[in-house]
Amino acid sequence: MTIYADNAATTKMGQTALNAMLPYLTDGYGNPSSLHSVGQRAAEALVGARERIAACLGASPKEITFTSGGSEADNQAIISAAELGERNGKKHILSTAFEHHAVLHTLEKLKQQGFEVELLPVGSTGTVSAEMVSSSIREDTCLVTVMYANNEIGSVLPVAEIGAVCKEKGVLFHTDAVQAAGHLHIDVKAQNIDMLSLSAHKFHGPKGIGVLYAKQGVSLRNIIEGGAQERGKRAGTENIAAIVGMAAALEEACAHMDENGKKVSAMRDRLIEGLSHIPHSALNGDPLNRLPGNVNFCFEGIEGESLLLLLDAKGICASSGSACTSGSLDPSHVLLGIGRPHEVAHGSLRLSLCEWNTPDEVGVILDVVPKVVEHLRNMSPMWKDLESGKRQFVL
Amino acid sequence: MALYTEIVMDHFMNPRNVGAIENADGIGEVGNAKCGDIMKMYLKIDDGIIADVRFETFGCGSAIASSSMATEMVKGRSIEDALTITNKQVVEALGGLPAHKLHCSVLAEEAIKSAVRDYYERNGVPYDKSRFPNCESCASCQMV
Repeated sequence: MTIYADNAATTKMGQTALNAMLPYLTDGYGNPSSLHSVGQRAAEALVGARERIAACLGASPKEITFTSGGSEADNQAIISAAELGERNGKKHILSTAFEHHAVLHTLEKLKQQGFEVELLPVGSTGTVSAEMVSSSIREDTCLVTVMYANNEIGSVLPVAEIGAVCKEKGVLFHTDAVQAAGHLHIDVKAQNIDMLSLSAHKFHGPKGIGVLYAKQGVSLRNIIEGGAQERGKRAGTENIAAIVGMAAALEEACAHMDENGKKVSAMRDRLIEGLSHIPHSALNGDPLNRLPGNVNFCFEGIEGESLLLLLDAKGICASSGSACTSGSLDPSHVLLGIGRPHEVAHGSLRLSLCEWNTPDEVGVILDVVPKVVEHLRNMSPMWKDLESGKRQFVL
Repeated sequence: MALYTEIVMDHFMNPRNVGAIENADGIGEVGNAKCGDIMKMYLKIDDGIIADVRFETFGCGSAIASSSMATEMVKGRSIEDALTITNKQVVEALGGLPAHKLHCSVLAEEAIKSAVRDYYERNGVPYDKSRFPNCESCASCQMV
């Protein structure tokens, strides 16, 4: 039996999305730019999907641009805002220390081009307040980009409040909503969001497709040159099947959001409660404002990759912010960002649930994780040093 | 393809010679918590032969597997033999490691050497310092 608890990495595609896609992977193969009937059938599907996705976000269809996913949407949003800013002599960008790398690496590139990038600290719970954003906005700020919810530790940020502050100060506001879309309520107008990125595979849609919402009047800079698709803002023949699958998945997720949220957060809370009994462990992220499916713990004295391998051997799929799993020497910038020291950040475990997980699976996880942690601690010289007092416990 | 070979997974899931040795004749500890790997090696020496060896490791799957394999490679051999074991031999015995995990095999080699050096120092045996890597910095691992 496999217990899939890594839904923040990707989700299993749903039957709804698959059913919606199949016709466009078979007979509906047309290119929507073609004038003939086969092409026009695809063009109609594209129009329909755009309308349905716009409706889910409280946007209008012409504000929706299809991209290859969340990363491309983040890149394009930030580059577009930076270019607009530069034209007006504004080269200050405000963001947070724990954004996704799609945002951070794009900002890094802009920094090399002469932009000033300010990353707000996220504190021990992993959030920023609208007041912090407000007091950091300057005359020359051209963009505020703050994620809706953090992918690793699940903190949900006050985007509506941040949106209101940005509107008041006349600064563009982008939010990376990859973890939020389909799970948390989004209304771009009410929340004063100027640009928003989302990705279909985080809500049971297909991979390789996403959306960049940009408010009417916010001019996008195309980062892929070519044909006139997407109003000339994103070249390349549209992936109709994926777009239609994304629309179906988002509609379904939004229709069942409250009921799924209740079910998933109940399982999350049971996991958090149960795992917190493991000695010298700590929950990462905001305990209250938290994604419904996110559980993230640090266990002192052990390393995350070996934890994942042992869990996998027991059929549990999870992830970790340890350096070993990231392929770099440093553990997750998110865990370091909330002040976890390196040696503690190495011992992190993220479990991310969806509505297809079951209470029985939660029971298995609660049975297995403490045993695996104990097994690894028993062979850890660091744990021995902690227990003997040679090294001080942090958690 | 899986991340690790079957041999690595076997040594990770069923590590050999785990634990400590009471009154060990030599103890070596290498790596550091910040990097996410600490390896501790305990030796029992009889007449210049490694009669028993145990390890404790804080680290990833390949760190635990490398420690386990290294203990098997030195057990029953002379100290001089044990000192000739290289990280490459550990990697070969494991059927290979991913490139970004090679430093784990270096730690295993250094843990053995560090334990032998401790034995030499405790017993006042003169030794050639150049044969023992300096684990104070992480540089020797990063050169792999």
